[in-house]
Amino acid sequence: MTTLATPRPGSSATAAPGPGPQRRRRDRRALAGWAYASPTAALVLVFFVVPIGLVLLMSGSDWNLLGGNQGTNFPENFTAVLEHRMFWPAVGFTLKYTVIATLLLIALGLGLAMLVQESTRWRGLLRTAFLLPTALGLASASLLFYALYSPQVGPVSGLLDRLGFAEGQVSVLGSADGALWGTVLLVVWRFAGFYMLLLLVGLQGIPHEVYEAARMDGAKPFQVFTRITVPLLRPSLALSTIMCVTGSLLAFDQFYILTKGGPDGSTMTLVQLVYNLAFESKRDLGMAAALSVVVLLALVAVNVVQLRALRGSSAD
Amino acid sequence: MQSFRALSRTPFYVLTGGLAVLFLYPLIWTAISSVSPQPGSAQVDGFGFGNYATLATYQAGLPHYLANSLVISAVAVVLTIVVSTLGGYAFARFRFPGKDALFLLTLSILMVPYATLLIPLMIWLKQLGLGNSLVGVGIVLAVFQLPFAMFMMRISFEAVPKEIEEAALVDGCGTFTALRRILLFAVKPGLITVGLFAFLAAWNDFMVPLFLVGGDDQPLPLALVNLRQQVMGVIDYGATQAGVVVLTIPCVVLFLALQRHYVNGFMSGALKG
Repeated sequence: MTTLATPRPGSSATAAPGPGPQRRRRDRRALAGWAYASPTAALVLVFFVVPIGLVLLMSGSDWNLLGGNQGTNFPENFTAVLEHRMFWPAVGFTLKYTVIATLLLIALGLGLAMLVQESTRWRGLLRTAFLLPTALGLASASLLFYALYSPQVGPVSGLLDRLGFAEGQVSVLGSADGALWGTVLLVVWRFAGFYMLLLLVGLQGIPHEVYEAARMDGAKPFQVFTRITVPLLRPSLALSTIMCVTGSLLAFDQFYILTKGGPDGSTMTLVQLVYNLAFESKRDLGMAAALSVVVLLALVAVNVVQLRALRGSSAD
Repeated sequence: MQSFRALSRTPFYVLTGGLAVLFLYPLIWTAISSVSPQPGSAQVDGFGFGNYATLATYQAGLPHYLANSLVISAVAVVLTIVVSTLGGYAFARFRFPGKDALFLLTLSILMVPYATLLIPLMIWLKQLGLGNSLVGVGIVLAVFQLPFAMFMMRISFEAVPKEIEEAALVDGCGTFTALRRILLFAVKPGLITVGLFAFLAAWNDFMVPLFLVGGDDQPLPLALVNLRQQVMGVIDYGATQAGVVVLTIPCVVLFLALQRHYVNGFMSGALKG
């Protein structure tokens, strides 16, 4: 810590001639401020700004996993990405997964939040039960569900058999639909409590009087929900949606562990494709970097649009 | 609340109780299969720690992978706490040129998620002498924890009345002494939240070490995923589930112990955000 906290020469060194004591005190405060902020600045520059520059550089280079940088390859990396046979399927699947996961998580998160909104002992226990999966890592949760779905040891295959959905040993992750919905179920289990908590914050911000007034006016529960709860919850709903969309567009761990993009590339997400280009099929870091840049730009655009929507909604 | 109040008591208890069981079921199932000689068999015939023993002897072994996880988490937690405390103090209490730009740049880490930066980080860390290193993984994880941590520590410091600090400064101690002796206690709830989040994120992370380290330097989550592909594609589910339990126990214990901080920290952060 102390080695990082070297004060930077600020503009204060070039103070006007004959600085008064007030001025000198302010300069000293500014210098101290920079000193405290310098570890942040160093970390952000070295491990965030430089890698962004580097990913842009690499995306225009012929950069091999084993051979290193072998010269420029500017538009070719990007055209190769756009023409890669898995690119558009990955875009399509990532969007489909994002829509499904976001709708389910927000709906379930809101439902759970409404169930546990009042603070009683029983509801406190429920909150803990719904939140407990969020303590697990996504990788641990994925390994857990991988075993749950396994036809050899998991109970899910037997359950599907008994319910008449399939016969004999079913490999849940063996079909395209099974792989998608199996992963969605895992993600819903792992993250529902998180969105419950986020939406609970919003619910508790709605004053009791508003509900009282609505009931006095004779509103039905469903009307209360659509006319009061949802509109007043818009900022929290928007925040949850942004987090859920961003997280889903970047989905990786769950697919790497459960499906590796299979069967037959049917669950290939964009980040999984970045990994495959860099380490498996091509070992082409330049092309992987080009795809990273495409994903990065798309994500920044999505976030800007969503943040604008969020700001608009909280200004209401 | 309003729409669910209509439910009478018994159906409410059945519905919510059923939901709670569904949420807890995978955890209980894993715990049981990890101590069952034949994980997943209909009845638990016998009880034993054979799966844990298998896990302990697998390649470099459980203690080794656990130690790797601990190193990564320690680096990430210490770095996150130290940097966000100093930075949060600077952003909350001082005026200096470039302050707003630096704060926005730090928050923008949220907009540029690390999945897209792991390829360049792999090359860059090698240049810095941190190639294939646990410390490098810890640093990267700390950086991506920084937007939340910095935001949290800034609002924590801003919530402390200025007078407390000014009294100390008038008494002649420097800002650093004031920070260390007085302010640190006032921002303790924020520090605990930041530390807990950083620990859970680093302890459980899979993607960063997957890109950045290999061989014996794997932390436990990565080693467990690779354990599946051992021995001619035959998966040792028992040992894997034992590993999931080993990974999960510290998280669940910490979570239950610090639940109030977790929920409160979340709420104050979310409310202001």
